[in-house]
Amino acid sequence: MWKHRWIYLLVTPTLLYYLIFKYIPLYNAQLAFKDFKPLLGVEGSPWVGFRFFETFFNSFYFSQLITNTLFFSGARLVLGMPVAIMLALALYETRAMFFRQFVQTATYLPHFLSWVIMFGILLMLLSPGSGLINDVIKSLGGTPIAFLTSPDWFRWVVIGSDIWKETGWSTILYLAALLSISPELYEAAAVDGASRLQRIWHISLPGILNVVVLVTLLRLGNILEGGFNQLFVLYSLPVYSVGDIIDTWVYRQGILEFQFSLATAVGLFKGVIGLVLILVSNNIAKRLAGRGLY
Amino acid sequence: MLGTKQRSDLGFQLFVNGLLVIVLILIALPLWRVLMTSFTPIATFTKEGVPFFMWPWEWSVAAYNQLLGQPSFLRATLNSVVIAISGTALSLLLTVPLAYALSTRTLPGRNLITTLILFTFLFHPGLVPNYLLVTKLGLQDNLLAIILPPAVSVYNTIVMKAFFDGIPEEIKEAARMDGANDLQVLWKIVLPLSVPILLTIGMFYAVYFWNEFFTPILYLNDAKLQPLPVLLRNILSSASVSEYVEYDAYSASSSDSIRAASVLLTMLPMLVVYPWIQRYFTKGTLVGAVKE
Repeated sequence: MWKHRWIYLLVTPTLLYYLIFKYIPLYNAQLAFKDFKPLLGVEGSPWVGFRFFETFFNSFYFSQLITNTLFFSGARLVLGMPVAIMLALALYETRAMFFRQFVQTATYLPHFLSWVIMFGILLMLLSPGSGLINDVIKSLGGTPIAFLTSPDWFRWVVIGSDIWKETGWSTILYLAALLSISPELYEAAAVDGASRLQRIWHISLPGILNVVVLVTLLRLGNILEGGFNQLFVLYSLPVYSVGDIIDTWVYRQGILEFQFSLATAVGLFKGVIGLVLILVSNNIAKRLAGRGLY
Repeated sequence: MLGTKQRSDLGFQLFVNGLLVIVLILIALPLWRVLMTSFTPIATFTKEGVPFFMWPWEWSVAAYNQLLGQPSFLRATLNSVVIAISGTALSLLLTVPLAYALSTRTLPGRNLITTLILFTFLFHPGLVPNYLLVTKLGLQDNLLAIILPPAVSVYNTIVMKAFFDGIPEEIKEAARMDGANDLQVLWKIVLPLSVPILLTIGMFYAVYFWNEFFTPILYLNDAKLQPLPVLLRNILSSASVSEYVEYDAYSASSSDSIRAASVLLTMLPMLVVYPWIQRYFTKGTLVGAVKE
């Protein structure tokens, strides 16, 4: 150990960082089983067992929050993933190399925009007063739609904007998998007279199946992540019924309503489920795809 | 004359490239609309709203003038720059030693460190326990509350470690034979060979800090400390921009133009550096993904 003293010295600040900023919050999570009294602090507050978990499970919000959260994470997977795979296939098949590069650069860009910027872009498209889409609706003689505050439309705005933002970036993995397929397979298929579409169906898609399975499992492991940053910016009171997810609710209950114990209990519930899901996913991935997620 | 096979190939290429053109239009259209909205002169706006297309000589830069002459906007920009630079520096200072330690195969306790870190990656206790920690440390209204808690990302550490792993052991061993200690090996051998990954991870962190808006809302009550994304959110979601930007009926630009211009100005640093860093980002993501 003495041989590596410099490494230990160097890594000490980082380990201290982990102890303070990752493990003290873990310790603070005991609040989920306590009735928090600010004057008594985390340690001094009295134990109440699972009371706050029961409060949450029995509350009117429980099913709504779970439904909304699962809807958003599920729709991202079911709708977002096929779009990304199709774009990756198109990028792979084009023979105009410079054009491919250009499309890649353009479609990766939105990934780096924050959701606040996305909110601004959505306003310019969707606002009833001067948004582009409402301008089109008006010029066709229709009445403007308040997309961002309409419970009927809000969900699709969330899913659509997420697909617009992330599709390009998520092609990276699929494209890398496509490029690693041996060209000999395609040549052999061409000799056998396979059409373009047959080659995509019988070579390209099976070739990226491993990556697709891995990504799906990773997403399933994060199924309780409804997309806090996105919804925190986009949602508003009129669309709480369809836009409120576990994380946004925890924020409002915990930080705005000072229900520290209840919010901690819900956060812990989500954390534990998330941990179990990711461990199970990893296990399945190791068996199916031959390698884990981490 | 083209054979049937070549002709069907040509048709397929037309189809594929046509698809990609549609994708490009779908990406460009929303950004174009923001650009046009920001440049619409107030006279045009009151008469017909935002035109779909305007020639550059019809553009009005009044909204930009108004924002750039605004002390609150400049202060928010300065706060964002400070957060991005100091946050990135701190993150790199903490990430490099950890990645180096994890890539030193002979280090006693390496597995313990891996377990400790991986666990925090897999299990999150949630918002409130973190909030209580930061408030207990007295970091409210302190920029440290923004840069300290998210300083080290496990994902970035793993990507950096994978890169360090790729540096041949022989080079390091040769330096050790010459009497260099681990610190000197890191400083003289590993880091000079790792410039691409330092840039990549540095940019990952910088983008994160530049975009961060939730923790500033959570921990900074003092309006003077708010970074650009928070000001942008306030401008976008307030019923009247005059709450945040000097604005009245005699203003030279519409409130929509001001909103659009502030979106574009917040995006600008990203747009300027993006084409140069894009390649590094892609590589970084793939390194993280192919790690066993």
